[in-house]
Amino acid sequence: MASGKSGGRAGLLGYAILYLAFLYAPVLFLPLFSFNDSVFIAFPLSGFTTQWYEQMFSDDAMLHALRNSLEVGAATALLSTILGLLTARALTQFRVPGGAAMLGFTSLPLFIPDIVLGISLLILLNSANLPLSLLSVIAGHTLICVPFAITVLLSRLEGFDKSLEEASRDLGETAWMSFWRVTFPLALPGIVSSLLLTFIVSFDEFLIAYFLAGNEATLPIYIWSQLRFPYKLPAVLALGAAILVASTLLVVFAEWLRSRGLDNRKRITVGA
Amino acid sequence: MSDEAFLRIAHVSKRFGTVLAVDAADLAIRRGEFFSLLGPSGCGKTTLLRMIAGFDFPDSGEIYFEGVRMTDEPANRRPSNMVFQSYAIFPHLNVFDNIAYGLRKERLDKASLTRRVEDALAMIKLEGFESRRADELSGGQRQRVALARALVLKPKVLLLDEPLGALDRRLREAMQLELRALQKSLGITFVFVTHDQEEALSMSDRVAVMSAGSILQVAPPRVLYETPNCREVADFIGQMNFFTGTIGAREGALARVDLGQLGQMNLTIDGRTGGEILIALRPEKITLSPEARQGGVKGTVAALAYLGERSHYSIAVEGLSEPVFVADQNSATTRGHAVGDIVYLSWSKEAVVVLPPS
Repeated sequence: MASGKSGGRAGLLGYAILYLAFLYAPVLFLPLFSFNDSVFIAFPLSGFTTQWYEQMFSDDAMLHALRNSLEVGAATALLSTILGLLTARALTQFRVPGGAAMLGFTSLPLFIPDIVLGISLLILLNSANLPLSLLSVIAGHTLICVPFAITVLLSRLEGFDKSLEEASRDLGETAWMSFWRVTFPLALPGIVSSLLLTFIVSFDEFLIAYFLAGNEATLPIYIWSQLRFPYKLPAVLALGAAILVASTLLVVFAEWLRSRGLDNRKRITVGA
Repeated sequence: MSDEAFLRIAHVSKRFGTVLAVDAADLAIRRGEFFSLLGPSGCGKTTLLRMIAGFDFPDSGEIYFEGVRMTDEPANRRPSNMVFQSYAIFPHLNVFDNIAYGLRKERLDKASLTRRVEDALAMIKLEGFESRRADELSGGQRQRVALARALVLKPKVLLLDEPLGALDRRLREAMQLELRALQKSLGITFVFVTHDQEEALSMSDRVAVMSAGSILQVAPPRVLYETPNCREVADFIGQMNFFTGTIGAREGALARVDLGQLGQMNLTIDGRTGGEILIALRPEKITLSPEARQGGVKGTVAALAYLGERSHYSIAVEGLSEPVFVADQNSATTRGHAVGDIVYLSWSKEAVVVLPPS
């Protein structure tokens, strides 16, 4: 039956290759055409150029949108990670009545379509007479990012030996100092990967930002607005390719950090 | 301040939901004493220890350290330190920083800090382990680091929550001796929680036996073993045979007790005439002989276990529902008894422990 087995393995490998090609081939057209010396996005390629990148980086509106996106992303990452940390800590450290229901409730925004969230937030802000600005985008993004932060931090804090903080208290530190000297450094890999993940989610988000940004534009909104002008398309592709590379690097870094953290924890609990 | 009340637990109760974890506990632990809290899991011994440490707080009652009320003080403001069951070695710090953790508050200069940590490492014989991380230590080494981390702060009381439970038998026995020696040389009061009665008996100056939240008896190991004050203590510490007797005629402090199949005995029982009592007999205090003796009780060997230096017999006695356990020392001259042999049981009056009926 050896041949049948290896045949099955070859089949699986072929399936995996097709699957990955299906996932990533379309994405690879972005960098490919961003270096193509033609306004038209079509084969055959006509030559190599970096002019689209030069055009992109000299576009003030684009740079402004980029700065907006970075600000919104950073603020969202910080806010949702702090909120996520508080929730995850409460759920793991104490026996919270209705904790499971609460966890389900906080992850609800993941299951509500963004367009519904965007419209409801817009209606809410309008009826409360609050102006639309980057602040409202940050609020909307925090709403959808908190569940991600909770998920990442919960997996880090679960199985945390409660007696570690007690030991710190016992050795003379206050509750606050115990958090800083023990819990925080141990949760740090989780905190960093939560920051990165929520940043990316916010940075890539279009629908909610589109509804709530008012006169400002985040990068995805800017890109969307550029699609109306065919001659600007190659520069958008250049921008897309640049974001793709940066996002990939960030996610890989976050994953690496998270798995390193898990490794550490595993070694610790195995030895205990 | 008298040594008698160095650490005093006064009528402390603690409830978790509907469970009364600790029920009106009273204890007076002496200075420099090795004191054990012994009981089955769930008896409230760990809860009581955690209230002494300042992790849990009594619903009622008071806790005093050297006469100072500490009932509501959190752990960081108590003159006690703890060795945790899981050891709770900080995984992100190396051995040096683990031991130095509590010294931060003393604001020592670098040289004296290093000296304090080095002294602690020497005490637990782990010199050269400064830069090891928690995951590079064996169970026994973690245990020592946890011990050093607590003792380096020179606590008035060291609290130990089943610290030897995770170690294998050989290491555990070595650590028992070492802990005991350390406690004697440092003169620090140890409060030691364990469910292992042998451990408690071999290490402690005094032991408090707990069951279902209550402290049943507080006594030195020998007293606990020889004269338990109730059936639960007698049952928990070692093996015990129990028989029910009826109190008959009295003559001064002595009363005639009718033990049914086991005959009659004159025992010292205060006050009462009539009614039932419980008498308890340790297996090693019963003598077995193949020949009938004056006052001997006839029985048949139902089962036996040969353990080398001694043998354990289970003896069926007519009229008793439970077999009688006998532990017989094996010497050069003993032949031992086989299953089915007829034997005669006898014991001295001094071996009998009189307990209130359960």
